[in-house]
Amino acid sequence: MNTETKPDINIDRSVGDFRYDVDYAFDAGVGLTEKTIDYICDVKGDPDWVRKFRKEGYKKFLEKPMPTHWASKDLENIVFENIRYYLSQGQVPKRSWDDVPEDVKRTFERLGIPEQERKFLAGVEAQFDSEAAYSNIKEAVGKQGVIFVGSTEGLQKHPEIFKKWFGKVIPSGDNKFSALNSAVFSGGSFIYIPPGVKVSHPLQAYFRINAQNFGQFERTLIIADEGSEVTYMEGCTAPKFETATLHSAVVELVALKGAKIQYITVQNWSSNVFNLVTKRGLAHEDAEIKWIDCNIGSRLTMKYPGVVMKGRRARGEVISIALAGDGQHQDTGAKMVHAADETTSNIISKSISLGTGRSTYRGMVHIPKHLKKCKNNTECDALLINANSRTDTYPAITVRGQGHSVQHEASVSQINAEQIFYMQQRGLSEAAAMSLAVNGFVNDLVQQFPMEYSVELKRLIDLEMEGSVG
Amino acid sequence: MNIVSQHQISSDLPAWFSEQQKQAWTEFQSVPQPTRHDELWRFSNLKILDLARWHLASAPADVDALLARSRGLSDLAAKLVFANDRLILREIKNLPEGVLLLPLEEAARDHEALFERYFMKHPTLLGSAKIAALHRAQLKTGAFLYVPAGVKVEKPIELWHWSEGDHIAIFPHTLVVCEEGSSASVIDHFFSMNNEASFVAGVNDLIVKADAHLKYIAVQNWSRETTAFHLNTTGVGKNAVATSLQLNLGGRYIRTESNSRLLEEGARSVMLSINPMDADREVDQRTFQDHLAPSATSDLLYHNALDDRSRSVFSGLIKVGTAAHETDAYQKVRNLMLSDEAEANSMPGLEILADRVRCSHGATSGELNQDELFYMMARGIPPQKAAKLIVRGFFETVLRRLEEPSLEKYFGHLLDRRLALG
Repeated sequence: MNTETKPDINIDRSVGDFRYDVDYAFDAGVGLTEKTIDYICDVKGDPDWVRKFRKEGYKKFLEKPMPTHWASKDLENIVFENIRYYLSQGQVPKRSWDDVPEDVKRTFERLGIPEQERKFLAGVEAQFDSEAAYSNIKEAVGKQGVIFVGSTEGLQKHPEIFKKWFGKVIPSGDNKFSALNSAVFSGGSFIYIPPGVKVSHPLQAYFRINAQNFGQFERTLIIADEGSEVTYMEGCTAPKFETATLHSAVVELVALKGAKIQYITVQNWSSNVFNLVTKRGLAHEDAEIKWIDCNIGSRLTMKYPGVVMKGRRARGEVISIALAGDGQHQDTGAKMVHAADETTSNIISKSISLGTGRSTYRGMVHIPKHLKKCKNNTECDALLINANSRTDTYPAITVRGQGHSVQHEASVSQINAEQIFYMQQRGLSEAAAMSLAVNGFVNDLVQQFPMEYSVELKRLIDLEMEGSVG
Repeated sequence: MNIVSQHQISSDLPAWFSEQQKQAWTEFQSVPQPTRHDELWRFSNLKILDLARWHLASAPADVDALLARSRGLSDLAAKLVFANDRLILREIKNLPEGVLLLPLEEAARDHEALFERYFMKHPTLLGSAKIAALHRAQLKTGAFLYVPAGVKVEKPIELWHWSEGDHIAIFPHTLVVCEEGSSASVIDHFFSMNNEASFVAGVNDLIVKADAHLKYIAVQNWSRETTAFHLNTTGVGKNAVATSLQLNLGGRYIRTESNSRLLEEGARSVMLSINPMDADREVDQRTFQDHLAPSATSDLLYHNALDDRSRSVFSGLIKVGTAAHETDAYQKVRNLMLSDEAEANSMPGLEILADRVRCSHGATSGELNQDELFYMMARGIPPQKAAKLIVRGFFETVLRRLEEPSLEKYFGHLLDRRLALG
């Protein structure tokens, strides 16, 4: 394709560009001090150990430098003093759809989250700003002993399980943003699956941001006890605002012996959101943790889901799709730490850069000394749509000792001009053809998503592509 | 006096050059020391930057012994031998007219304009700017090869750089300029006389103009106590081909920084490296394939075989600039792990800002192929030897990329000797 004749691709984000005024019952004001943390603790009724945990997190947040020696300088544009760290619609999660306030419902309806979805999803917990707007666990799941609540409820009602793993997979001091989250977290899910329980339906939560300059700091902890299986899905769409919004979540997964956790994210932040997320799982013997991650939108996303394979034959997997539109930077990747013999990890990453969009893959694979028969496979494919699109790949692979097999491959390509020509010949518009080609590029990964998510994903990709070409 | 506190300028060098050296010394002192947080020093052993233990080298004691050992290929165009940064032999056998092969001080004096145009014109971007400034400041001599337009030097040119003495530092320099349509092959040898600790801050710059062909092979066999930096920049012009191979046989700590710039359409740069690693030796490879023009090709292939407690760091970047459409760029590093204590770190990077690009990179770490071992053992080859043969084959893949049978054969012999194979 010729650069000059290639039409400019713009992204139509107007679909998500709406906002309703919400009366925030609790508001911690702007900026972050120790007082803000006390305020959050008081409002939420946090136990003392949580207050202590938050204050330690705050201290570490102040100490830690911005990671700009390797990450985007755009991070420097975050003005921490201008951010609201806590907002809540009300403390008690709503139990049924009827209890959800009317204007909140309107927001969800506009997003096209159908009420019917609840019928075949095991439990729905939609996060509206900081607190769960409603959560509804299907009776069957509850009977199996599955706990699926908001993180606040989790730490208050199930401290014996919560405390054991909270902050253990990702210590507060892991990085500046995990420390920030530790200081001000609210919302997110706490899930516990008892031994041997296989949750047949995915658990799901929708996340929303809806206040100008409001950072959302949800905290999710999922514990799958021995031999259990669970799939968790989160989807994110955010209304568009004039000033930057900060989203910094921490997600910790613990898969005990033989357990399986699948964590699926489909994300579509508006293009002024800084999305800086720390996600890590701890896989014990024979356990499997799989991150399926789709990043669309945001101004800057930095997210490297990781798996620490702590037990023998543990398995870690990251499947990642990133789409960087005009002016956006998707800095995503994966982190695989092999800490036991015969552990296996797999990373497959596909990225698409549109317009002036930039997608970056950053990966870490670590196989320390004295381990046997570890395997890693990493594949990164990048697709560049326009002449001014950009893609980068920065993996770091450390292997100590023999008897392991590690391979990393990356490639960069363009949309095949002949394919587009062929499709146009058969009556497709250029935009439709481009959209089809992009969908083809990610198709094998999209297939790995549950059906309703792969449909949603295709719709999101179409949304990004259509109306933007020709 | 050590190399950090004493700045000595050779009286053989012209004033304009000495003036630049003084500036370089100031620069060396002002450039901050790299730290652990510097991405270009990630995984690196920062102990090697402790420079105060190295001293300026005095004249070599036994020139005859050095010359006796400066034997490479039998059929040569010319040979220069340096020891402790002093020229000890200049042997011109068969150089076409117009070709200049001179020690650096003569080039700076007699061909000022020509030499000045090319001497260290490109900044060191891969982390060792401070070492490059030290090199420039402490430089005494080096090799300058100038091949005029259209001239083809059929036979290889050999350069030898020797170090002799305990805790001495040397600063070998090689500058090759191939004008339009010319061709040459240069073999640069880096050897230690004895098994003594020494420090090397070497620079080799290769300028390959339109339609020219250059093959540059660095045979590095420093003592196992040597800390060496080999900093390279290569600039490739329209439809020109630069092929460079590093044969890293020796050294305790070797850091190579190779920066290939594809300056014009159709330029091609082939970057090869062979690293048999053992004991507690380390190799730190930093590479940059900088595509600045359309339709150029760069192709990097590094093979590391890591035994005992040896360690490798590979950090490579392919950057395809906004103008460099239709680029073909490849980067492949393979680590063959031969022991449980060995360590390989790979950071293959890509930055793509252009369109219609074919670009790929790969990094693998694996062990000896058990089927191949079994096959050879079944045919009566002892396992130790079978393992060596597999390693030799692993390196042969890289050697073949030289596409010059006589050179492949010679370097194959060197590898056989290094691996103690027949």
